Amino acid sequence: MAAVAARELGNREVVFVGIGLPNLACNLARALQAPDLVLIYESGAVGAVPERLPVSIGDPSLVTGSLMVCSMADVFQLFLQNGKIEVGFLGGAQVDRWGNINTTVIGPYQKPKVRLPGSGGAAEIAVHAQRVLIISRLSTRAFPAELDFITSPGQRSKGKSRAELGMPGAGPIKVITDKGVLERDEETGEMVLTRLYPGVTVDEVKANVGWPLRVQDHLEQVSPPSQEELRLLREVLDPKRLYLGN
Amino acid sequence: MINKVQSMKDAIAAHVQDGDTVVIEGFTHLISFAAGHEIIRQRRKDLTLCRLTPDLIYDQMIAAGCARKLVFSWAGNPGAGSLHAFRRAVEKGTPPLEIEEYSHFGMVARVSAGAARLPFWTMRNYMGTDLPVANPRIKTVTCPYTGEVLATVPALNPDVTIIHAQRADAGGNTQVWGLLGVQKEAAFASKRVIVVVEELVDEAVIRADPNRTLIPGMIVNSVVVEPWGCHPSYAQGYYDRDNDFYVAWEDITREPARLQGYLEEFVYGVKDRAEYLAKQPELQDRLRAAHRYCEGVNFGF
Repeated sequence: MAAVAARELGNREVVFVGIGLPNLACNLARALQAPDLVLIYESGAVGAVPERLPVSIGDPSLVTGSLMVCSMADVFQLFLQNGKIEVGFLGGAQVDRWGNINTTVIGPYQKPKVRLPGSGGAAEIAVHAQRVLIISRLSTRAFPAELDFITSPGQRSKGKSRAELGMPGAGPIKVITDKGVLERDEETGEMVLTRLYPGVTVDEVKANVGWPLRVQDHLEQVSPPSQEELRLLREVLDPKRLYLGN
Repeated sequence: MINKVQSMKDAIAAHVQDGDTVVIEGFTHLISFAAGHEIIRQRRKDLTLCRLTPDLIYDQMIAAGCARKLVFSWAGNPGAGSLHAFRRAVEKGTPPLEIEEYSHFGMVARVSAGAARLPFWTMRNYMGTDLPVANPRIKTVTCPYTGEVLATVPALNPDVTIIHAQRADAGGNTQVWGLLGVQKEAAFASKRVIVVVEELVDEAVIRADPNRTLIPGMIVNSVVVEPWGCHPSYAQGYYDRDNDFYVAWEDITREPARLQGYLEEFVYGVKDRAEYLAKQPELQDRLRAAHRYCEGVNFGF
């Protein structure tokens, strides 16, 4: 999943790196096809070239050798709100059919069953980045019909499109999961299954999605991770398996 | 120059009172655990704790009963797990904790307004999200020039802001490098400011490199010299983040008894930061920063 996500990033793109798997994927992309990827972290590091996988998005290795270190006010106002971020990369505890993300609560807000961390910078990244990539493991719990809370807006929220709501960025255009990839239907904004991992069936994906999932007529197959992608992920970037899991 | 150097004990006693709105800032970098621990030791209560990322320090202060309310934008332990004292308070009400929640941009905007002494700050944000539903203090304003509807958040003006820095002079002129977070705005927004530093330096050191000064002494009330005062957070160029401790925190915070045991041993059980460090003699060799100096610049004219 991290390898598939990393392939989405082109060289020299300006990417706002979210916490967790996005952080891993962006650093993998930088080690492979996108050595000149400009990593911007909400902590204020611009053009970061971390010599180790930053465990957090405020790691000291993001500063050493970076192009610029600025205040967080500058990050959000001069880079993000200014429209300078080409790709926003977000993880999500829950994702719905429009690519809305919930990272706030499971259950009612006032008395949650599970209190999640909240927005961080995700809400404004989803509003402003020119395009957003979401990475999330597929399960009915993670892909419900209805979110308990919309933290970061997707293609439609409360019955309105992004254009109607006045959001500058294109919003989530792909949802990368561990079984397949969903992509935004340009007309409706709905997330549609377009690609499958090797050995995964459509029914298997559908069974893990809480809404009637639309499937593209001709599904493409995702190529499996290469030896080099696996080596970098397992041996170099995340040897302690903080993000990859076991 | 007025000498503002105080011990941590005296600085907290003088500037942090029960019921205060307190900001200990620092985004991952330069979080003053030493100040947080002293607030716990002095058993302050009913505090409104504000930070973008509550981090382990506010998890500890919530568990210790210091907090009445938490104002925040991301409450987690990245790559390691949850802040379970925070979660117990929100999910089960043990202890009760009021929350007021924003996004990072929202919190940044709040201290920016506070620092500029404006009543609110505007952003193009929050359309399509439930954050304004959860927090009615997030409102909108219509731009008088364009007619665009913009999001607003209210100014945050804390009673006291505590920041950690690499160095300051005795008058509180404070220099920071590495990640800067919202420390400058939070300090200017605050009624009182405590600066905690790795090193106290002569005024001439500050004057030799004025672009590195983040906080001017004129807004600083106390300067506390507390080497390694951020651990398990970090100070660029001095020591690394103790990621192992952040991972270990998951098991400690998950069990209320273990968490209280931790506080007993490492907070109540020591009288100051020096004793905290003496209990963990291996820390300094494990985390001390490598050297990556930058060359100076010419300030001549």
